[in-house]
Amino acid sequence: MSIIIGDGSKVVVQGITGNEGRFHTASMLRYGTKVVAGVTPGKGGQEVEGVPVYNTVAEAVGNHGVDTSIMFVPARFAQRAVTEAIDAGIKTLVVITEGIPQRDAIEFVTEANKRGNVIIVGPNTPGVINPLRRIKVGIMPDHVFSPGSVGIASRSGTLTYEITWHISQAGMGQSTCVGLGGDPIVGLDFVRVLEMFRDDEETKGVVLIGEIGGNAEELAAQYISEVGYPKPVVAYIAGRLAPPGKRMGHAGAIIMGKTGTASSKIEAFTKAGVPVAEKPSDIPKLLKA
Amino acid sequence: MKLFEFEAKKILQDYGVRVPKSGVATSPEEAETITREIGRPVALKSQILVSGRGKAGGIRFAADAAGAKQVAAELLGSTIKGCPVTSLLVEEKLDMVEQFYASIAVDRQARAYVVLASTSGGVDIEELAQTSPDKIARHWVDPTIGFSEREAIDMVGRLNTSQDDATKFASIIGTLYKVTMDYDAELAEINPLAKTPSGEFMAADARIIVDDNALFRHPEFADRSSVRVEDTPREAKAREQKLAYVDLDGDIGIIGNGAGLVMATLDLVHVFGGKPANFLDVGGGGSVDITKRGLLLVMSKPEVKAVLVNILGGITRCDIVAQALIEALNESSVKKPIAVRMMGTNEAEGNQMLHQAGIDSYPNMEKAIEEILKL
Repeated sequence: MSIIIGDGSKVVVQGITGNEGRFHTASMLRYGTKVVAGVTPGKGGQEVEGVPVYNTVAEAVGNHGVDTSIMFVPARFAQRAVTEAIDAGIKTLVVITEGIPQRDAIEFVTEANKRGNVIIVGPNTPGVINPLRRIKVGIMPDHVFSPGSVGIASRSGTLTYEITWHISQAGMGQSTCVGLGGDPIVGLDFVRVLEMFRDDEETKGVVLIGEIGGNAEELAAQYISEVGYPKPVVAYIAGRLAPPGKRMGHAGAIIMGKTGTASSKIEAFTKAGVPVAEKPSDIPKLLKA
Repeated sequence: MKLFEFEAKKILQDYGVRVPKSGVATSPEEAETITREIGRPVALKSQILVSGRGKAGGIRFAADAAGAKQVAAELLGSTIKGCPVTSLLVEEKLDMVEQFYASIAVDRQARAYVVLASTSGGVDIEELAQTSPDKIARHWVDPTIGFSEREAIDMVGRLNTSQDDATKFASIIGTLYKVTMDYDAELAEINPLAKTPSGEFMAADARIIVDDNALFRHPEFADRSSVRVEDTPREAKAREQKLAYVDLDGDIGIIGNGAGLVMATLDLVHVFGGKPANFLDVGGGGSVDITKRGLLLVMSKPEVKAVLVNILGGITRCDIVAQALIEALNESSVKKPIAVRMMGTNEAEGNQMLHQAGIDSYPNMEKAIEEILKL
């Protein structure tokens, strides 16, 4: 068992002919991901890194049975691309694209939730990586990851690599690392991923990497204490020094009124018995404790 | 992007919501003229983008044109809650018999727009939600269905209003939803929604925040979307250069790639006893150009004593970043000490280049911070 992606995942890259699409297709293939098709409207018949390109997701599904999509489609076309993928029967969508309007994200996340069995990771996510099986559907530098039993869910990209590097250096590997995305509206959230890690026998402990904005961390803390979460969880929260009302790089990283402060999140986790690291380098210590 | 009250009201008016008679004044004389045209007592409202301006003295009243001129002279050029007042909305003073509340906002957790309506307007809605939650009706919109007048009527029906008020209130809520969709608003709020002695509903105050990510769909804001009054001068300059920059009040300049990593760097500098001067995310992709502009911008801030660069190369190549830093340092007229933490793709080449250029680099973030704080 694994979460979100697994041995059977057959991946289609939407937006494969762009620079990012090409670069990360090569990188995913090198890592071991089964990237079997690409889609760019109007570029059907070409090949990228030996991967056949189609005009539509439906053709990719028909010819290769793909079930997972990773998207590098520009923000203004993203909603159409997500809808196309869902309609074609894709079950797992990893939306790398940054800058998608909130209205569009609300619409496609709702659409996915209505189908019941469709998972949207992101938007504005680095993706998902499973170092045990050497599968990545994402853009992360895979060399910082190592196989093991720590599950990671994060709202950040490079900060995740930083913390993962510390975890790997401490001799602990990872089962699955999920980037939730830096946007205000994302598909998967901490609670959903915690539920998945709970049932994943390969995951023995969980690291949550949160940041200012919204209340996803508070809800995760609430969930952990309500269900008496059976696995150890540790957390890191970025943005203690962020001033209210300013967007800190991520569209979702903004304190609005009294909502979304680092102190509220740290307090919620502490109350739920989840230790919060003061420094990224403290995470391995807390995991071992 | 926050719209000014006068802009929000103009939009509402275009959609058929009644607003008080008004005009925008940037001089006491204009305020005088507008008041004379209105021919009634007026409210002079500072056009700033922070909430709580009323309590802070940003809204004043005048009985006639001469009074308006005097009040305008006092308000214009003053600073309310840190914001310079450069324009006033001079508006017919409303007689209100009741105040209502209506808003549409993005509920991040529900992944939906939430419609809020209340018969207790004119107060802070977050406070009202604490003290009298029963006075607020909420409705989460299913975006695949939309929000019809029918739902608005159901919502208002849960509040204690007369039939006549309910009809008018519901119609305004329906309109507000349309505005939210058409303008890609992450918040559209009328507070208070005033009921006048003649029974009319009027938007006494209005706020609209347009989703920054949707600005490409709104050429009507093209002229003003790059200039935000809430920006500090340096933030404004950064926005022009497409840099994700926020001013802070310390003396250590900070540059990094990735929002989370930069926030964590600020926090860590603080843990080690330092004070960051800014937030600057040059992005996960980290091009030469952006990194260069970023370093030049941070270097030019007078308060900055030293600069810490924290790069975790993934997609970003360390040699590219090193080249950008070296070029920027050569071009910069101000020379300030710099410490670089670089790790990841092409790390060895990057560090070698920095070393040759006489720039200190460290593989570890905490070490780099310790070093910069010694300088």
